[in-house]
Amino acid sequence: MTMQLTHFSAAVLFALFASVVFGITQRSDTREMVRYGVYCFAMFVGGVIVAGWVMWILRR
Amino acid sequence: MANSTTEKTKAVEPPKAEAQPLTTMSVMAPAIAWLIPGAGHLIQKRWGRGILLLVSIVAMFLIGLASQGRIYKPNGGDILDILGFVGDIGAGGLYIVTRAMDWGQGAIAHATADYGTKFLIVAGLLNFIAVADAYHIAIGKKP
Repeated sequence: MTMQLTHFSAAVLFALFASVVFGITQRSDTREMVRYGVYCFAMFVGGVIVAGWVMWILRR
Repeated sequence: MANSTTEKTKAVEPPKAEAQPLTTMSVMAPAIAWLIPGAGHLIQKRWGRGILLLVSIVAMFLIGLASQGRIYKPNGGDILDILGFVGDIGAGGLYIVTRAMDWGQGAIAHATADYGTKFLIVAGLLNFIAVADAYHIAIGKKP
């Protein structure tokens, strides 16, 4: 089986899995784990969007 | 006089870190966690965390394989190849099965296949973090 992800879907999946692991391993309390996981996910995806716009501006 | 000097010396000394007792769990948990992602948490009855780690790391590894990512072999050549191998080996049992089945050997044919290679490496690196976390739970450093 082969799969071909788009650039954005690859970035979102990467962010999701990495955030779950970061959240669980970097915090001790369950509530803090969820908060940190969501924070990491937002930073990953936000970073992708910001980087995308920066590259679009630089290209013009 | 001598006593006050000794007391001063004692006061300046930094507190020594307490040596953690070597228990069966503190050895077994990291080893099993490396072999099967999330299993180090599962054997310590952290069911939710263990299942989430298992699903995340295994899914990331499988997506990497399905995207035709490349698996690195042990090598003494290019530094990037060595680092790629170090990342891949973190996936433990997944890496062993993949090598045994001779998967992940295809030439990179499209741009997203390179993402697949990165997914495989990062899955291994995330498993290293999960191994360290399982050890911290085993020695009582983390609840």
